[in-house]
Amino acid sequence: MSSAETTEMPERIIRPKTGLIGVNFRELWRFRELFFFLSWRDVLIRYKQTALGVLWVILQPLTSVVVFTVIFGKMANLDSHGTPYPLITLAALIPWQMFSNAVGASSLSLISSANLVTKIYFPRLIIPLSSTLGTLVDSLVGILLLFVFIFGYLFGREFGLIEVPVGVGLHWQLVLMPIFFAYALLAAIACGLWFSALNVQYRDVKYVIPFMLRIAMLVSPVGYLSSEIPENYRLLYSINPLVGVIDGFRWSVLGSEFQPYWPGFCLGATVVLFFLVTGVMFFRNTERKFADII
Amino acid sequence: MSDPVISVAGIGKEYVLGVSMSGNMLREQIASGVRKIFQRVERPNRQQQRFWALKDVSFRVDQGEVVGVIGHNGAGKSTLLKVLSEITEPSTGEIRVRGRIASLLEVGTGFHPELSGRENIYLNGAILGMTRSEISRKFDEIVAFSGVERFLETPVKRFSSGMYVRLAFSVAAHLEPEILVIDEVLAVGDLEFQKRCLGKMGDVARSGRTVLFVSHNMTAIHDLCERSLLLNHGELVADGATGDVINGYLSGLNTDASIKRKVSNDADAWVTDVRLIYEGSESRQGFKMGQSLCVEISYETKKKVEHLGFGISIEDCIQSTRVFASVSSIHGIQLENVEGEGRARVCFPDLKLVPGRYMVTITLNAKSFQYDRLEGVRILDVLGQDELGTGWVLSRQRNGVVWLNHEWLLDGRQ
Repeated sequence: MSSAETTEMPERIIRPKTGLIGVNFRELWRFRELFFFLSWRDVLIRYKQTALGVLWVILQPLTSVVVFTVIFGKMANLDSHGTPYPLITLAALIPWQMFSNAVGASSLSLISSANLVTKIYFPRLIIPLSSTLGTLVDSLVGILLLFVFIFGYLFGREFGLIEVPVGVGLHWQLVLMPIFFAYALLAAIACGLWFSALNVQYRDVKYVIPFMLRIAMLVSPVGYLSSEIPENYRLLYSINPLVGVIDGFRWSVLGSEFQPYWPGFCLGATVVLFFLVTGVMFFRNTERKFADII
Repeated sequence: MSDPVISVAGIGKEYVLGVSMSGNMLREQIASGVRKIFQRVERPNRQQQRFWALKDVSFRVDQGEVVGVIGHNGAGKSTLLKVLSEITEPSTGEIRVRGRIASLLEVGTGFHPELSGRENIYLNGAILGMTRSEISRKFDEIVAFSGVERFLETPVKRFSSGMYVRLAFSVAAHLEPEILVIDEVLAVGDLEFQKRCLGKMGDVARSGRTVLFVSHNMTAIHDLCERSLLLNHGELVADGATGDVINGYLSGLNTDASIKRKVSNDADAWVTDVRLIYEGSESRQGFKMGQSLCVEISYETKKKVEHLGFGISIEDCIQSTRVFASVSSIHGIQLENVEGEGRARVCFPDLKLVPGRYMVTITLNAKSFQYDRLEGVRILDVLGQDELGTGWVLSRQRNGVVWLNHEWLLDGRQ
């Protein structure tokens, strides 16, 4: 029986590869279960043997919200269009933390899976992609937290405790939230592919990433609104794709007061697309050396 | 008959040794880039030594064959398996494969210490290429084979190493690919479990799967494989019936009378010759148990070295286990500030090894590193005789490896 099966099996040819290597989607699809298993593993082990467990997922954005609200909202007294500052920062923190967690995890993913890379074959793209997916669970919890906030304000109005501030409510733009979320994800994947592949060859990357992420947070509108940026620098500022990511996300949550700056948004999207395509190409064309040099 | 399942044609794998392999820092790349600009004249690049781990290897494997791969350490066995399982890319040549390959280069690849036994079975199964439904179906079987039922919910970091290995092997043993590639995974676990693994491997072999099996354990190779490949320094030197190939391997170990090595590398000191000496001067390979054996090591140094120590280890050829090892510095003996050529001897006045074939490895050591190492440089045959005068001949199967000095006292009244 098995001989009949094997003769039907397509012949595979292993030989030194030359030229540009594209993405083998069929193979990726064949390994989809491994992809989910690795993400599942990442999620499982992240909170094993922690006392607070999943609570950390809520505590992290919550403390950031408090800090940002106090520093930017109260002390620096930045403009908020009359919307509560906690909501403004939370709407930005969700995509930001998703991005920074995903980039942090996927950049290190290859070298921390060195034992897999040198002992077993599967499409290497699965490694950074699955560790990106593994960080998404935290973001979903963050989104829940966001809705808790929104409903908190709405109930406050129901019972006449507070007046509903600008931007709080369920806007039609909410429908677009998954799109902006996916956009943030693509930006993270683009960075993750580049950094993880570079990290195999140059361990310097490991030191650059935390530093780079810290800078990136300051030049992205996480603690403030991008409308704080002077009009004539706006396009230059938007080269950073996270500007578009965060503005878009904020708009989908807080409504029309928070329209993104569309020319800048398109510029950012182009940047993401560029790094995504080159990242995949770079990854695919260096991966054949991974097992030898990792 | 039908086309081969694996056909390997002219496979080679080249590694670049030196700086670019290890400490791969951007700084060094930049520095070497700058150096190249200012240094137009190319001097022979010492940092870019090239090394062929496999050279022009060709063979074919038919459906259902179980093929052993043997050779010294560093002969290219593992590289061959890595190329076959697509972990690393060949530098030359081409391989055609028909069917799904599962490679088992290590037991427990991807096991995570924090995860429970149950979780690791699923994870490891997926990594080895099983689907989730396949794992669920075989789950009970896997658990039963491993014998760790009671600890399924315990993180594997709390497992004993034996339990860990048993669980890991059990997952691997339930793989059902068309082609299975295995590297020395049986060298783990306790003896009883090893036997069970060999049994399982035998089942796999009989079920019509194609298996490539690397091992240093000649007994296992002999039992499982009808055909074997012998690799030496990256080249395929023999391909045929396992019995013949193993004999060829063992006699090939028996290198010519003198090795007379010249400077071959950048080391400051190296071994030029090793001889096994009987009764003061006669060089030979076979010794009777209880005779005296001296191993003479000739060395040479390039310059004055501060500290020169010697090491010897004796390995059993069949099981590939280390029987004995010693270095002169354990005894507080080493040469200091030596230069040029010289000789050293280590003597065993009363060779108490059970008859069989052994392999001698010699090292030349500095304080904290090795100048030179000659793996399996000499074969030592311990010959059987009636050493006890009772007509018994000692054998490895019955009497083990080492014949300890002992005495039977059978006086019940004492």
